[in-house]
Amino acid sequence: MNVNVAPGSIPNAPEPSEWPESTLTRVPYWVYQSPEITALEQQRLFEGPVWNFLCLEAEVAKPGDYRTTFVGAMPVVVARDFDDEIYAFENRCAHRGALIALDGGGHARDFTCVYHAWNYDLKGNLKAVAFEDGVNGKGGMGKTFCRADHGPRKLRIALFCGLVFGSLSDDVPPIEEYLGEDVARLIKRVLHKPVVVTGRYTQMLPNNWKLYFENVKDTYHASLLHTFFTTFRINRLSQRGGMVVSPDGGNHASFSFIDTKNSETNYAAMGIRSENEGFALKDPSLLEVVDEFNDGCQMQILTVFPNFVLQQIQNALAVRQVLPTGQTETALNWTTFGFADDTPEMTRLRLRQNNLAGPAGYVSMEDGAVGGFVQRGIAAAAGERAVLEMGGSSTANEGTRATEASVRGFWKRYRGLMGI
Amino acid sequence: MSSAITIERILALQARYTRCIDNNVLEEWPDLFLDECLYMVTTAENHRNGYRSGIIYADTKNMLVDRVAALRQANVYEKQSYRHILGLPYVTGNDGAEAESETPFLVTRIMHDGQTSIFATGVYLDTYRSAGDALKFSRRVAVCDSSRIDTLLALPL
Repeated sequence: MNVNVAPGSIPNAPEPSEWPESTLTRVPYWVYQSPEITALEQQRLFEGPVWNFLCLEAEVAKPGDYRTTFVGAMPVVVARDFDDEIYAFENRCAHRGALIALDGGGHARDFTCVYHAWNYDLKGNLKAVAFEDGVNGKGGMGKTFCRADHGPRKLRIALFCGLVFGSLSDDVPPIEEYLGEDVARLIKRVLHKPVVVTGRYTQMLPNNWKLYFENVKDTYHASLLHTFFTTFRINRLSQRGGMVVSPDGGNHASFSFIDTKNSETNYAAMGIRSENEGFALKDPSLLEVVDEFNDGCQMQILTVFPNFVLQQIQNALAVRQVLPTGQTETALNWTTFGFADDTPEMTRLRLRQNNLAGPAGYVSMEDGAVGGFVQRGIAAAAGERAVLEMGGSSTANEGTRATEASVRGFWKRYRGLMGI
Repeated sequence: MSSAITIERILALQARYTRCIDNNVLEEWPDLFLDECLYMVTTAENHRNGYRSGIIYADTKNMLVDRVAALRQANVYEKQSYRHILGLPYVTGNDGAEAESETPFLVTRIMHDGQTSIFATGVYLDTYRSAGDALKFSRRVAVCDSSRIDTLLALPL
């Protein structure tokens, strides 16, 4: 028996070129598994007409400050030049392709590739080529070589509320238009004054990046997978909430409000009360909330296609950057922050509430694993498909979180860009 | 004097700590801390930068009790265990009432299917005080060498 079956020769093998049906309610599993899809995503999606989140402005606060990051698989340098503008360019020397900046960030006047010492300014312009004129009249670059014709690819930059976005595309709409009115407003709601970074770490997820991005948009799973709030009888089910999805489907925000019918907004008191009913927190002050945005909204999770998450869980604030690092591996880069004018009490509150999110987060640790459960579960199911029918089949804004509208929105946007 | 903070008492506390976690008797873990304490898991980069946010951050013993309760009752994670391998504590200060040390750690994570990996390496920055006869942590900061956490951090380091 010949076991050397040529690719594509297996009968009924899925063809990863067509979606199963013309509906947003089905997602074929090959989309999380195919190397061809990954290559196409780099080209059409990450380098396409999208705004990739790069870093916070606060992380490149002073001229000469730089950070290194990625646009999909593409390594990128983000730097603030001495004209006080922020620039981003591919972290790839124009000569042989080596990384220009090797570390995660710092302060520099310029960059010199370690390989052959080609030198770049903070805008990514090639400024000097070692031995360009040769040595003692011998060697050197050819007469026709022009430095200005060589350099790493440059990104367009958009700044919005202290967020730095980059794009390789000339066709990407202006950032506010890209975000959509609702999502732009809800970013402004949180990032309304200067931020201070309080921590950074990376959570490595054992799954394709899309499974995490869908998870963040998926309001249906929240109270089902994450049982911290319900276990400790901190009732969230009656809370008023909702969701907005940008017209193109790519961006979303979900939110919940402190229930105004229940005047008791003191979580410490609620924690104590629940002691008789079952489990209770010994230190319920973790859940004391300051209504810092003066609107009663105690949780807002927001995404911007293709890689940005803004998190407000009570007073725990963070941005998350979703980066594919392999077919079934994703880096989730967390940056926690507070505001420059936080009081010491507010700082302590945030430090304590940061226990709610992150790789060890009471209401988020499961998200680090659940994508891997899917990835492992679908190992032999390239021809099967996921079902996304909660809340119907549309991507419209809804006054409930028992819906998968924003996950369908993701696929609407994704398929539009990918042409599949 | 029984109240002196000797290296023997420090070693005994360190050994008891790792035993609590590795033998899955997490309920005893908070008792190794004073009521007012700091337990924090952070990264070398954050520590160097003076960033105060932790991956886990507890500034009362009751927060540690709650962490264990959440792991037992609420949080969902695949069955797993750790094996802590500690280096020797280097005592950086000891004024009789309070002592400080640095202790390197290596933690392997063993998943239910047998998959074993080096989960974390780093150093514990500890401060000890006596509470009655017992030596306790007033501060334990687990500074991980790497800024990467694989999948999730369920059990404490």
